[in-house]
Amino acid sequence: MEHAVIPPWALIAYLVSGVLFILALRGLSSPATSRAGNRFGMAGMTIAVLTTLLTQAPIPEGSFLPSPTSEELVTLVKILVAIGLGGIIGITIARKIAMTAMPQLVAAFHSLVGLAAVLVGWAAYLNPEAFGILGADGMIDPVSRVEMGLGIAIGAITFSGSVIAFAKLNGTMSGAAILLPARHVINLGVISAIVVLTAWFTQDEGLAVIGAITLLAFIVGFLLIIPIGGADMPVVVSMLNSYSGWAAAAMGFTLHNTAMIITGALVGSSGAILSYIMCKAMNRSFISVIAGGFGTEAGGAEEGERIDRPWKRGSAEDAAFLLKEAEQVIIIPGYGMAVAQAQHVLREMADLLREEGVRVKFAIHPVAGRMPGHMNVLLAEADVPYDEVFELEDINGEFAQTDVAFIIGANDVVNPAAKTDKSSPIYGMPVFDVDKAKTIMFLKRSMSGVGYAGVDNEVFYMDQTMMLLADAKKMVEEIIKAM
Amino acid sequence: MDFISILSVFVLACFVGYYVVWSVTPALHTPLMSVTNAISSVIIVGALIAGASAGEAHSSWLGLGAVVLASINIFGGFAVTARMLAMYKKKDRTGGSPEGKGK
Repeated sequence: MEHAVIPPWALIAYLVSGVLFILALRGLSSPATSRAGNRFGMAGMTIAVLTTLLTQAPIPEGSFLPSPTSEELVTLVKILVAIGLGGIIGITIARKIAMTAMPQLVAAFHSLVGLAAVLVGWAAYLNPEAFGILGADGMIDPVSRVEMGLGIAIGAITFSGSVIAFAKLNGTMSGAAILLPARHVINLGVISAIVVLTAWFTQDEGLAVIGAITLLAFIVGFLLIIPIGGADMPVVVSMLNSYSGWAAAAMGFTLHNTAMIITGALVGSSGAILSYIMCKAMNRSFISVIAGGFGTEAGGAEEGERIDRPWKRGSAEDAAFLLKEAEQVIIIPGYGMAVAQAQHVLREMADLLREEGVRVKFAIHPVAGRMPGHMNVLLAEADVPYDEVFELEDINGEFAQTDVAFIIGANDVVNPAAKTDKSSPIYGMPVFDVDKAKTIMFLKRSMSGVGYAGVDNEVFYMDQTMMLLADAKKMVEEIIKAM
Repeated sequence: MDFISILSVFVLACFVGYYVVWSVTPALHTPLMSVTNAISSVIIVGALIAGASAGEAHSSWLGLGAVVLASINIFGGFAVTARMLAMYKKKDRTGGSPEGKGK
């Protein structure tokens, strides 16, 4: 099959599909246009796939339609079977997955893009002619070799990194940061080796070189993610999202394909921006997150002091009474709400309060949960209208006029130490000013666990704080009963 | 296309991505991740070329494998995004007053 030259109509079709992908992301600027955006994405993908399939069948001279040979028809059937198989698996997973499991699903999907990039890179290496990257000397074009090497390396890092992220998010593997001695030296060493090998690959297109790049990149992905702890996962998932984009872009360079390059650039910058937003919301540098190990040094140091301090425990009845009497209640959900699957009962409670004439608002911190927007999806699942859900900066001024701040499964994001205590590991992180509210209700499983960052929370001991110690879902159910 | 024109497309697309993604509302950051995931599976284009290629059996099998993986992502990614987006609703309550109780 000869298709080194892509026909002009196909070039335009790929461009159209790239533009549709831009529109798909543009649609997400508001929930109202988001569904149309998703359809633009599907249209773009359909165009890209059909265009590729059509350009693979040569059109004989004097005809406008391809007339495939029987061998080519067999190939077509194989491809359709492959697409169908993937489609069935994909749709089944998408239908069955619980919304609380979205972070691990996204991580799993990232790993597939990464692995697909590795396979495509290898296929291009083994059959460069089909990809139109064979130079006049019968060797692979050196520029294409660099692109191929990069694509395979980024794809492999995405794959193994995402597998680890998936295992951590899914609870298959401990979410704690696992620290290897001299890990920074090892990581930098392996990454440098990949760069050197990629440069060497332009001189020697041997199987051993490309094989070594692939293997080392798999190892880097693994090493990069194991030292990163659970609550830093929003950054990791965003970062891997970005990598999957750069892998697609690198392959687009190899294939000279506009759709792939545009998409790769879009996805790459999208993931990078999300990582940036997440880091900023924690007031930490990207480097310090990637270096890992956060939250393992400070843990337990202040244990003795903490246990001695007085705090008040409230009952579901007390909470129900105060909530009903309130004019405004702000609910702050965190990862604990997701773990307890408490979003539905929480919405029920909010509805009951609204019937009592209470103004109820939800406040979401950018890093609440295990991926960007995690809490928003769960509240949406529980039928909380999105115009009742507010971002940190939009609602933070309202706590002074709020009767009850209801904290459910969150901790570090309401810790005033972030504002006052320069020695605190979370110092500088933007937090909710819950201490300004008249009453604070703090739903927590027990007093023993401190936040992820391993720091004590002044809010536990404040005069206006009522600790509600129980499983989040059970406690909310009891409050509903008491109302 | 020569390398420079491809690079131009890439650089400009990075800028487009930068501005478009900043306009995405934080409430939709999870659907953003799942839809970017689905579209990054456009790598299926390379997989299809490899899968359809003749002459090198290993290459075409690798391609077919990549087609399966990318298809899981495409169908799964768009489907789960659609499922999530269908849940985002505006307020249309009849009971309860959103303005809170009077003085």
